[in-house]
Amino acid sequence: MNPSDPLARLKFRDPERARGLREALDCLVQQADHAPVSVMHVCGSHEQAIAKFGLRAAFPSNLHVIMGPGCPVCVTDVPEVDEAVALAKQGVRIASYGDMLRVPGTSQSLADAKAEGANVDVVYSVTQAVELARKHDEEIVFFASGFETTAVATAAVLVDDPPDNFSVLSAHKYIPPVMEIVAEMPETKIEGFLAAGHAATITGSAVFEQFVDRHGLPVVIAGFEPLDVMAGLVKLMEVINSGEPRVENAFPRCVTREGNVRAQELLWRVFRATGGRWRGIAHVPNGNLRLRDELARYDTRKRFTIDASALWSYAPPKLVQQCQCGDIMAGIASPSDCPLFGKECTPDAPVGACMVSAEGTCKIWHQYGGRPDLRSIKRGAA
Amino acid sequence: MCLGVPGKVVEVDRENQIATVDFWGVKKQVRLEVCDVPVAPGDFILNHVGFAIRRIPPEEAAETLALYDELLRLADEQDLMAADVRAEIAAAPDASDRPKRTSNESQ
Repeated sequence: MNPSDPLARLKFRDPERARGLREALDCLVQQADHAPVSVMHVCGSHEQAIAKFGLRAAFPSNLHVIMGPGCPVCVTDVPEVDEAVALAKQGVRIASYGDMLRVPGTSQSLADAKAEGANVDVVYSVTQAVELARKHDEEIVFFASGFETTAVATAAVLVDDPPDNFSVLSAHKYIPPVMEIVAEMPETKIEGFLAAGHAATITGSAVFEQFVDRHGLPVVIAGFEPLDVMAGLVKLMEVINSGEPRVENAFPRCVTREGNVRAQELLWRVFRATGGRWRGIAHVPNGNLRLRDELARYDTRKRFTIDASALWSYAPPKLVQQCQCGDIMAGIASPSDCPLFGKECTPDAPVGACMVSAEGTCKIWHQYGGRPDLRSIKRGAA
Repeated sequence: MCLGVPGKVVEVDRENQIATVDFWGVKKQVRLEVCDVPVAPGDFILNHVGFAIRRIPPEEAAETLALYDELLRLADEQDLMAADVRAEIAAAPDASDRPKRTSNESQ
Protein backbone atom coordinates (compact mmCIF):
# COMPACT_ATOMS: atom_id res chain seq x y z
CA MET A 1 0.00 0.00 0.00
CA ASN A 2 1.30 3.43 -0.88
CA PRO A 3 2.51 5.14 2.31
CA SER A 4 1.20 8.52 1.16
CA ASP A 5 -2.33 7.12 0.99
CA PRO A 6 -4.21 8.61 3.97
CA LEU A 7 -5.89 5.28 4.59
CA ALA A 8 -2.53 3.58 4.95
CA ARG A 9 -1.76 5.88 7.82
CA LEU A 10 -4.93 5.04 9.65
CA LYS A 11 -4.47 2.30 12.15
CA PHE A 12 -6.85 -0.09 10.51
CA ARG A 13 -6.41 -3.63 11.67
CA ASP A 14 -7.11 -4.78 8.20
CA PRO A 15 -5.89 -2.23 5.65
CA GLU A 16 -6.90 -4.39 2.71
CA ARG A 17 -10.47 -4.57 3.89
CA ALA A 18 -10.42 -0.83 4.48
CA ARG A 19 -9.21 -0.25 0.95
CA GLY A 20 -11.89 -2.55 -0.42
CA LEU A 21 -14.59 -0.73 1.51
CA ARG A 22 -13.37 2.64 0.32
CA GLU A 23 -13.38 1.47 -3.28
CA ALA A 24 -16.89 0.08 -2.86
CA LEU A 25 -18.01 3.41 -1.37
CA ASP A 26 -16.44 5.36 -4.26
CA CYS A 27 -18.17 3.12 -6.72
CA LEU A 28 -21.58 3.30 -5.03
CA VAL A 29 -21.52 7.09 -4.74
CA GLN A 30 -20.65 7.33 -8.44
CA GLN A 31 -23.54 5.01 -9.26
CA ALA A 32 -26.01 7.27 -7.44
CA ASP A 33 -28.10 9.15 -9.98
CA HIS A 34 -27.33 12.49 -8.36
CA ALA A 35 -24.64 14.21 -6.33
CA PRO A 36 -23.83 14.94 -3.64
CA VAL A 37 -25.38 12.31 -1.38
CA SER A 38 -25.91 13.41 2.23
CA VAL A 39 -26.31 10.96 5.06
CA MET A 40 -26.55 11.55 8.79
CA HIS A 41 -25.32 9.73 11.85
CA VAL A 42 -26.72 10.46 15.29
CA CYS A 43 -23.95 9.46 17.64
CA GLY A 44 -21.04 11.32 19.18
CA SER A 45 -19.02 8.11 19.21
CA HIS A 46 -19.46 7.78 15.43
CA GLU A 47 -18.25 11.33 14.98
CA GLN A 48 -15.28 10.63 17.26
CA ALA A 49 -14.33 7.63 15.13
CA ILE A 50 -14.83 9.52 11.86
CA ALA A 51 -12.84 12.54 13.01
CA LYS A 52 -10.16 10.75 14.99
CA PHE A 53 -9.31 8.39 12.16
CA GLY A 54 -9.65 11.08 9.50
CA LEU A 55 -12.29 9.07 7.67
CA ARG A 56 -13.78 12.08 5.89
CA ALA A 57 -10.55 12.27 3.92
CA ALA A 58 -11.22 8.75 2.70
CA PHE A 59 -14.88 9.30 1.83
CA PRO A 60 -15.73 10.17 -1.77
CA SER A 61 -16.02 13.96 -2.13
CA ASN A 62 -19.65 13.58 -3.22
CA LEU A 63 -20.62 11.83 0.00
CA HIS A 64 -21.46 14.14 2.89
CA VAL A 65 -21.51 12.38 6.25
CA ILE A 66 -23.14 14.75 8.71
CA MET A 67 -23.49 14.49 12.47
CA GLY A 68 -27.02 15.13 13.70
CA PRO A 69 -28.37 15.38 17.25
CA GLY A 70 -26.14 12.63 18.62
CA CYS A 71 -24.87 14.27 21.76
CA PRO A 72 -27.24 13.82 24.71
CA VAL A 73 -25.43 16.37 26.85
CA CYS A 74 -25.61 18.97 24.06
CA VAL A 75 -29.35 18.60 23.50
CA THR A 76 -30.14 18.98 27.21
CA ASP A 77 -32.29 22.07 27.08
CA VAL A 78 -31.62 25.32 28.91
CA PRO A 79 -34.64 24.98 31.26
CA GLU A 80 -33.45 21.49 32.27
CA VAL A 81 -30.04 22.89 33.20
CA ASP A 82 -31.79 25.75 35.01
CA GLU A 83 -33.70 23.24 37.14
CA ALA A 84 -30.45 21.59 38.25
CA VAL A 85 -28.72 24.92 38.86
CA ALA A 86 -31.68 26.27 40.82
CA LEU A 87 -31.72 23.17 43.04
CA ALA A 88 -27.96 23.38 43.58
CA LYS A 89 -28.26 27.02 44.59
CA GLN A 90 -31.09 26.07 46.94
CA GLY A 91 -28.55 23.89 48.74
CA VAL A 92 -29.49 20.50 47.31
CA ARG A 93 -26.57 18.22 46.51
CA ILE A 94 -26.40 17.34 42.81
CA ALA A 95 -24.53 14.44 41.20
CA SER A 96 -24.12 14.21 37.44
CA TYR A 97 -21.92 12.99 34.61
CA GLY A 98 -18.89 15.26 34.17
CA ASP A 99 -19.86 16.85 30.88
CA MET A 100 -23.15 18.05 32.34
CA LEU A 101 -21.43 20.50 34.68
CA ARG A 102 -20.42 22.98 32.02
CA VAL A 103 -23.53 22.89 29.87
CA PRO A 104 -24.86 26.46 29.94
CA GLY A 105 -28.25 27.27 31.42
CA THR A 106 -29.94 30.65 31.03
CA SER A 107 -27.32 32.44 33.05
CA GLN A 108 -25.30 29.77 34.83
CA SER A 109 -24.03 26.22 34.53
CA LEU A 110 -23.73 23.69 37.34
CA ALA A 111 -19.99 24.41 37.34
CA ASP A 112 -20.76 28.09 37.99
CA ALA A 113 -23.02 27.11 40.89
CA LYS A 114 -20.28 24.82 42.23
CA ALA A 115 -17.74 27.65 42.01
CA GLU A 116 -20.12 29.70 44.15
CA GLY A 117 -20.17 26.96 46.78
CA ALA A 118 -22.96 24.62 45.72
CA ASN A 119 -22.43 20.89 46.28
CA VAL A 120 -22.05 19.30 42.86
CA ASP A 121 -20.42 15.89 42.48
CA VAL A 122 -19.15 14.32 39.28
CA VAL A 123 -19.98 10.62 38.95
CA TYR A 124 -19.21 8.09 36.23
CA SER A 125 -22.35 6.08 36.88
CA VAL A 126 -25.75 6.37 38.46
CA THR A 127 -24.65 3.65 40.89
CA GLN A 128 -22.04 6.03 42.28
CA ALA A 129 -24.78 8.63 42.82
CA VAL A 130 -26.74 6.03 44.81
CA GLU A 131 -23.61 5.30 46.86
CA LEU A 132 -23.38 9.01 47.66
CA ALA A 133 -26.97 8.93 48.88
CA ARG A 134 -26.16 5.94 51.10
CA LYS A 135 -23.18 7.77 52.59
CA HIS A 136 -24.92 11.07 53.25
CA ASP A 137 -28.08 11.88 55.15
CA GLU A 138 -28.91 14.79 52.86
CA GLU A 139 -30.92 14.66 49.62
CA ILE A 140 -28.95 13.59 46.54
CA VAL A 141 -30.33 14.54 43.15
CA PHE A 142 -28.92 12.64 40.17
CA PHE A 143 -29.13 14.94 37.14
CA ALA A 144 -29.45 12.21 34.54
CA SER A 145 -28.46 12.63 30.91
CA GLY A 146 -27.95 10.21 28.08
CA PHE A 147 -29.92 8.38 25.43
CA GLU A 148 -31.78 5.11 25.92
CA THR A 149 -28.58 3.13 26.48
CA THR A 150 -27.73 5.23 29.53
CA ALA A 151 -31.35 5.60 30.67
CA VAL A 152 -31.49 1.82 31.14
CA ALA A 153 -28.84 2.09 33.85
CA THR A 154 -30.84 4.79 35.62
CA ALA A 155 -33.91 2.55 35.36
CA ALA A 156 -32.03 -0.39 36.83
CA VAL A 157 -31.09 1.48 40.01
CA LEU A 158 -34.59 2.91 40.42
CA VAL A 159 -36.18 -0.55 40.54
CA ASP A 160 -33.47 -1.75 42.93
CA ASP A 161 -34.83 0.02 45.99
CA PRO A 162 -32.57 3.08 46.16
CA PRO A 163 -32.37 5.03 49.45
CA ASP A 164 -35.16 7.49 50.28
CA ASN A 165 -32.88 10.51 49.96
CA PHE A 166 -32.10 9.69 46.32
CA SER A 167 -33.99 11.17 43.40
CA VAL A 168 -33.54 11.60 39.65
CA LEU A 169 -33.86 14.80 37.64
CA SER A 170 -34.22 13.18 34.26
CA ALA A 171 -32.87 14.85 31.14
CA HIS A 172 -32.71 11.47 29.39
CA LYS A 173 -33.57 11.60 25.70
CA TYR A 174 -34.91 9.04 23.26
CA ILE A 175 -33.27 9.04 19.83
CA PRO A 176 -35.81 7.52 17.40
CA PRO A 177 -38.30 10.43 17.62
CA VAL A 178 -35.68 13.11 16.90
CA MET A 179 -34.73 11.32 13.70
CA GLU A 180 -38.29 11.95 12.53
CA ILE A 181 -37.94 15.66 13.28
CA VAL A 182 -34.61 16.01 11.50
CA ALA A 183 -35.84 13.98 8.52
CA GLU A 184 -38.73 16.44 8.11
CA MET A 185 -36.66 19.63 8.36
CA PRO A 186 -36.90 21.44 5.03
CA GLU A 187 -33.23 22.45 5.16
CA THR A 188 -31.95 18.91 5.50
CA LYS A 189 -31.38 16.80 2.44
CA ILE A 190 -30.59 13.64 4.31
CA GLU A 191 -31.05 10.47 2.28
CA GLY A 192 -30.31 7.95 4.97
CA PHE A 193 -29.29 7.46 8.57
CA LEU A 194 -26.45 5.60 10.19
CA ALA A 195 -27.84 4.53 13.57
CA ALA A 196 -25.66 4.05 16.64
CA GLY A 197 -24.75 0.44 17.35
CA HIS A 198 -24.87 0.55 21.11
CA ALA A 199 -28.23 2.31 21.36
CA ALA A 200 -29.57 -0.29 18.93
CA THR A 201 -28.10 -3.01 21.15
CA ILE A 202 -30.86 -2.00 23.55
CA THR A 203 -33.69 -1.03 21.19
CA GLY A 204 -33.03 -3.60 18.46
CA SER A 205 -33.07 -2.73 14.79
CA ALA A 206 -36.85 -3.16 14.64
CA VAL A 207 -37.36 0.18 16.37
CA PHE A 208 -36.39 1.91 13.09
CA GLU A 209 -38.80 -0.01 10.86
CA GLN A 210 -41.71 2.37 11.41
CA PHE A 211 -39.41 5.30 10.76
CA VAL A 212 -38.43 3.84 7.40
CA ASP A 213 -42.08 3.25 6.51
CA ARG A 214 -43.07 6.76 7.44
CA HIS A 215 -40.19 8.69 5.90
CA GLY A 216 -38.94 6.48 3.12
CA LEU A 217 -35.37 6.88 4.33
CA PRO A 218 -33.10 3.90 4.97
CA VAL A 219 -31.44 3.25 8.33
CA VAL A 220 -28.27 1.20 8.73
CA ILE A 221 -26.97 0.29 12.16
CA ALA A 222 -23.20 0.56 12.45
CA GLY A 223 -20.49 -0.07 15.02
CA PHE A 224 -17.68 2.24 16.08
CA GLU A 225 -14.47 0.87 14.65
CA PRO A 226 -13.28 2.73 11.55
CA LEU A 227 -14.02 -0.40 9.54
CA ASP A 228 -17.49 -0.69 11.08
CA VAL A 229 -18.27 2.89 10.06
CA MET A 230 -16.99 2.31 6.51
CA ALA A 231 -18.95 -0.94 6.23
CA GLY A 232 -22.08 0.80 7.53
CA LEU A 233 -21.75 3.55 4.93
CA VAL A 234 -21.24 1.02 2.13
CA LYS A 235 -24.42 -0.76 3.18
CA LEU A 236 -26.29 2.54 3.46
CA MET A 237 -25.24 3.57 -0.08
CA GLU A 238 -26.32 0.17 -1.38
CA VAL A 239 -29.77 0.62 0.12
CA ILE A 240 -30.05 4.23 -1.10
CA ASN A 241 -29.11 3.17 -4.64
CA SER A 242 -31.54 0.25 -4.55
CA GLY A 243 -34.44 2.69 -4.20
CA GLU A 244 -36.00 0.37 -1.62
CA PRO A 245 -35.61 1.98 1.79
CA ARG A 246 -35.25 -0.51 4.63
CA VAL A 247 -33.44 -1.16 7.90
CA GLU A 248 -30.14 -3.01 7.65
CA ASN A 249 -28.00 -4.19 10.52
CA ALA A 250 -24.30 -3.79 9.76
CA PHE A 251 -23.33 -4.48 13.38
CA PRO A 252 -24.74 -7.98 13.97
CA ARG A 253 -22.15 -8.90 16.59
CA CYS A 254 -23.90 -6.52 18.99
CA VAL A 255 -27.35 -5.85 17.53
CA THR A 256 -30.36 -8.06 16.86
CA ARG A 257 -33.75 -7.21 15.45
CA GLU A 258 -35.45 -7.55 18.84
CA GLY A 259 -32.68 -5.89 20.85
CA ASN A 260 -32.23 -6.42 24.55
CA VAL A 261 -35.81 -7.10 25.59
CA ARG A 262 -35.04 -7.19 29.28
CA ALA A 263 -33.45 -3.75 29.05
CA GLN A 264 -36.43 -2.41 27.09
CA GLU A 265 -38.84 -3.71 29.73
CA LEU A 266 -36.77 -2.05 32.43
CA LEU A 267 -36.63 1.21 30.46
CA TRP A 268 -40.39 1.44 29.91
CA ARG A 269 -41.24 0.23 33.40
CA VAL A 270 -39.44 3.29 34.79
CA PHE A 271 -39.73 5.92 32.06
CA ARG A 272 -42.43 7.24 29.77
CA ALA A 273 -41.66 9.14 26.58
CA THR A 274 -43.00 12.65 26.55
CA GLY A 275 -42.61 15.65 24.30
CA GLY A 276 -40.10 18.35 25.05
CA ARG A 277 -37.60 20.71 23.56
CA TRP A 278 -34.14 19.57 22.55
CA ARG A 279 -31.68 22.42 22.78
CA GLY A 280 -31.37 24.31 19.53
CA ILE A 281 -33.41 21.80 17.56
CA ALA A 282 -37.13 21.74 18.16
CA HIS A 283 -39.90 20.37 20.30
CA VAL A 284 -39.52 16.62 19.88
CA PRO A 285 -42.71 14.61 20.47
CA ASN A 286 -41.83 11.61 22.67
CA GLY A 287 -38.19 12.72 22.71
CA ASN A 288 -37.82 13.11 26.48
CA LEU A 289 -37.76 10.28 29.01
CA ARG A 290 -39.48 11.18 32.28
CA LEU A 291 -40.18 9.05 35.34
CA ARG A 292 -43.52 7.27 35.45
CA ASP A 293 -46.01 8.29 38.13
CA GLU A 294 -45.48 4.99 39.96
CA LEU A 295 -41.93 6.18 40.70
CA ALA A 296 -42.94 9.71 41.68
CA ARG A 297 -41.17 9.37 45.02
CA TYR A 298 -37.86 9.24 43.17
CA ASP A 299 -38.77 12.01 40.75
CA THR A 300 -36.90 15.20 41.67
CA ARG A 301 -39.55 17.28 39.88
CA LYS A 302 -42.29 15.84 42.10
CA ARG A 303 -40.23 15.94 45.23
CA PHE A 304 -39.03 19.52 45.15
CA THR A 305 -40.56 22.82 44.22
CA ILE A 306 -38.02 24.06 41.73
CA ASP A 307 -38.03 27.79 41.19
CA ALA A 308 -35.53 28.76 38.51
CA SER A 309 -36.96 32.25 37.93
CA ALA A 310 -34.05 33.93 39.72
CA LEU A 311 -31.80 32.64 36.93
CA TRP A 312 -33.80 34.40 34.26
CA SER A 313 -33.07 37.98 35.30
CA TYR A 314 -29.75 37.99 33.45
CA ALA A 315 -29.55 38.41 29.71
CA PRO A 316 -27.54 35.62 28.12
CA PRO A 317 -24.03 36.73 27.18
CA LYS A 318 -23.81 38.33 23.73
CA LEU A 319 -21.58 35.60 22.33
CA VAL A 320 -24.28 33.01 22.98
CA GLN A 321 -26.48 34.74 20.42
CA GLN A 322 -23.92 33.97 17.71
CA CYS A 323 -23.61 30.30 18.72
CA GLN A 324 -24.58 27.92 15.90
CA CYS A 325 -25.02 24.82 18.06
CA GLY A 326 -28.68 24.43 17.13
CA ASP A 327 -28.02 24.34 13.39
CA ILE A 328 -24.97 22.14 13.93
CA MET A 329 -26.96 19.59 15.94
CA ALA A 330 -29.71 19.63 13.30
CA GLY A 331 -27.03 18.87 10.72
CA ILE A 332 -27.65 21.99 8.65
CA ALA A 333 -24.39 23.71 9.63
CA SER A 334 -20.94 22.45 10.52
CA PRO A 335 -18.62 23.82 13.19
CA SER A 336 -16.55 25.61 10.55
CA ASP A 337 -19.66 27.66 9.67
CA CYS A 338 -19.70 29.15 13.17
CA PRO A 339 -17.85 32.47 13.59
CA LEU A 340 -16.97 31.57 17.18
CA PHE A 341 -15.53 28.09 16.52
CA GLY A 342 -11.93 27.81 17.68
CA LYS A 343 -11.80 31.56 18.37
CA GLU A 344 -14.12 32.80 21.13
CA CYS A 345 -15.40 29.24 21.64
CA THR A 346 -12.87 26.57 22.65
CA PRO A 347 -12.96 23.55 24.96
CA ASP A 348 -11.37 25.68 27.68
CA ALA A 349 -13.92 28.46 27.25
CA PRO A 350 -16.96 26.90 25.59
CA VAL A 351 -19.79 29.18 24.49
CA GLY A 352 -22.20 26.50 23.33
CA ALA A 353 -23.05 23.01 24.48
CA CYS A 354 -21.45 21.39 21.39
CA MET A 355 -18.03 22.56 22.60
CA VAL A 356 -18.65 21.26 26.14
CA SER A 357 -19.26 17.58 25.70
CA ALA A 358 -16.84 14.94 24.45
CA GLU A 359 -19.67 13.91 22.13
CA GLY A 360 -20.34 17.42 20.83
CA THR A 361 -19.52 18.01 17.18
CA CYS A 362 -17.54 21.18 17.93
CA LYS A 363 -15.39 19.66 20.65
CA ILE A 364 -14.67 16.61 18.49
CA TRP A 365 -13.72 18.75 15.49
CA HIS A 366 -11.65 21.01 17.70
CA GLN A 367 -9.62 18.06 18.95
CA TYR A 368 -9.28 15.96 15.83
CA GLY A 369 -10.08 18.33 12.96
CA GLY A 370 -13.44 17.56 11.42
CA ARG A 371 -12.95 17.68 7.72
CA PRO A 372 -9.31 17.12 6.83
CA ASP A 373 -8.84 17.91 3.18
CA LEU A 374 -6.43 15.17 2.25
CA ARG A 375 -8.05 14.45 -1.07
CA SER A 376 -5.17 15.95 -2.98
CA ILE A 377 -2.90 13.41 -1.30
CA LYS A 378 -5.33 10.62 -2.12
CA ARG A 379 -5.50 11.62 -5.77
CA GLY A 380 -1.72 12.00 -5.88
CA ALA A 381 -1.30 8.51 -4.51
CA ALA A 382 -3.71 6.92 -6.95
CA MET B 1 -20.79 8.35 26.76
CA CYS B 2 -22.65 5.80 24.65
CA LEU B 3 -19.50 4.02 23.62
CA GLY B 4 -19.47 1.19 26.13
CA VAL B 5 -16.38 -0.91 26.65
CA PRO B 6 -15.84 -4.66 26.33
CA GLY B 7 -14.32 -6.73 29.12
CA LYS B 8 -13.80 -10.39 29.90
CA VAL B 9 -15.91 -12.05 32.56
CA VAL B 10 -13.78 -13.87 35.14
CA GLU B 11 -16.36 -14.64 37.81
CA VAL B 12 -20.13 -14.50 38.13
CA ASP B 13 -22.09 -13.95 41.32
CA ARG B 14 -25.54 -15.07 40.16
CA GLU B 15 -27.30 -14.35 43.40
CA ASN B 16 -26.30 -10.69 43.41
CA GLN B 17 -26.26 -10.37 39.60
CA ILE B 18 -22.71 -9.08 39.58
CA ALA B 19 -19.78 -10.18 37.44
CA THR B 20 -16.10 -9.61 38.04
CA VAL B 21 -14.85 -8.36 34.70
CA ASP B 22 -11.30 -7.83 33.50
CA PHE B 23 -10.65 -4.67 31.49
CA TRP B 24 -7.04 -4.75 30.31
CA GLY B 25 -5.85 -6.14 33.63
CA VAL B 26 -8.14 -4.00 35.82
CA LYS B 27 -10.79 -6.05 37.58
CA LYS B 28 -14.17 -4.42 38.08
CA GLN B 29 -17.65 -5.31 39.28
CA VAL B 30 -20.24 -5.01 36.57
CA ARG B 31 -23.98 -5.31 37.22
CA LEU B 32 -25.78 -7.94 35.19
CA GLU B 33 -29.47 -7.23 35.66
CA VAL B 34 -29.77 -5.41 32.32
CA CYS B 35 -28.17 -8.20 30.28
CA ASP B 36 -30.80 -10.44 28.69
CA VAL B 37 -28.74 -13.62 28.50
CA PRO B 38 -26.78 -15.45 31.18
CA VAL B 39 -23.06 -14.74 31.15
CA ALA B 40 -20.30 -17.13 32.16
CA PRO B 41 -16.58 -16.81 32.82
CA GLY B 42 -14.78 -16.48 29.50
CA ASP B 43 -17.60 -14.48 27.87
CA PHE B 44 -17.06 -10.87 26.98
CA ILE B 45 -19.61 -8.24 27.94
CA LEU B 46 -20.15 -4.69 26.83
CA ASN B 47 -20.06 -2.44 29.89
CA HIS B 48 -21.87 0.88 29.83
CA VAL B 49 -21.86 3.03 33.00
CA GLY B 50 -21.27 -0.03 35.15
CA PHE B 51 -23.89 -2.31 33.56
CA ALA B 52 -23.43 -5.15 31.09
CA ILE B 53 -25.73 -4.26 28.19
CA ARG B 54 -24.75 -7.15 25.93
CA ARG B 55 -22.94 -10.47 26.01
CA ILE B 56 -20.39 -10.87 23.26
CA PRO B 57 -19.46 -14.46 22.42
CA PRO B 58 -15.69 -15.05 22.84
CA GLU B 59 -15.21 -15.79 19.14
CA GLU B 60 -16.50 -12.34 18.21
CA ALA B 61 -14.63 -10.44 20.88
CA ALA B 62 -11.42 -9.79 18.93
CA GLU B 63 -13.28 -7.65 16.42
CA THR B 64 -14.88 -5.66 19.21
CA LEU B 65 -11.70 -5.26 21.24
CA ALA B 66 -9.52 -3.99 18.41
CA LEU B 67 -10.51 -0.34 18.55
CA TYR B 68 -10.21 -0.21 22.30
CA ASP B 69 -6.84 -1.95 22.35
CA GLU B 70 -5.46 0.68 20.10
CA LEU B 71 -7.05 3.58 21.95
CA LEU B 72 -5.69 2.55 25.30
CA ARG B 73 -2.27 1.82 23.89
CA LEU B 74 -1.77 4.84 21.68
CA ALA B 75 -4.05 7.69 22.67
CA ASP B 76 -2.78 10.51 24.85
CA GLU B 77 -4.42 11.81 28.02
CA GLN B 78 -6.49 14.45 26.22
CA ASP B 79 -7.95 12.11 23.61
CA LEU B 80 -11.76 12.29 23.76
CA MET B 81 -12.41 8.70 22.72
CA ALA B 82 -9.84 7.28 25.11
CA ALA B 83 -11.29 9.43 27.89
CA ASP B 84 -14.73 7.93 27.17
CA VAL B 85 -13.28 4.43 27.41
CA ARG B 86 -11.50 5.22 30.68
CA ALA B 87 -14.70 6.76 32.07
CA GLU B 88 -16.61 3.59 31.20
CA ILE B 89 -14.06 1.53 33.11
CA ALA B 90 -14.10 3.99 36.02
CA ALA B 91 -17.90 3.69 36.17
CA ALA B 92 -17.68 0.16 37.56
CA PRO B 93 -16.45 -0.29 41.14
CA ASP B 94 -13.14 -2.06 41.71
CA ALA B 95 -13.51 -5.79 42.23
CA SER B 96 -11.34 -5.48 45.32
CA ASP B 97 -14.03 -3.32 46.99
CA ARG B 98 -16.44 -6.19 46.90
CA PRO B 99 -15.72 -8.33 49.98
CA LYS B 100 -15.77 -5.23 52.14
CA ARG B 101 -19.19 -4.23 50.88
CA THR B 102 -20.60 -7.71 51.28
CA SER B 103 -19.54 -7.77 54.91
CA ASN B 104 -21.15 -4.34 55.48
CA GLU B 105 -24.39 -5.59 54.06
CA SER B 106 -24.43 -8.65 56.23
CA GLN B 107 -24.07 -6.65 59.43
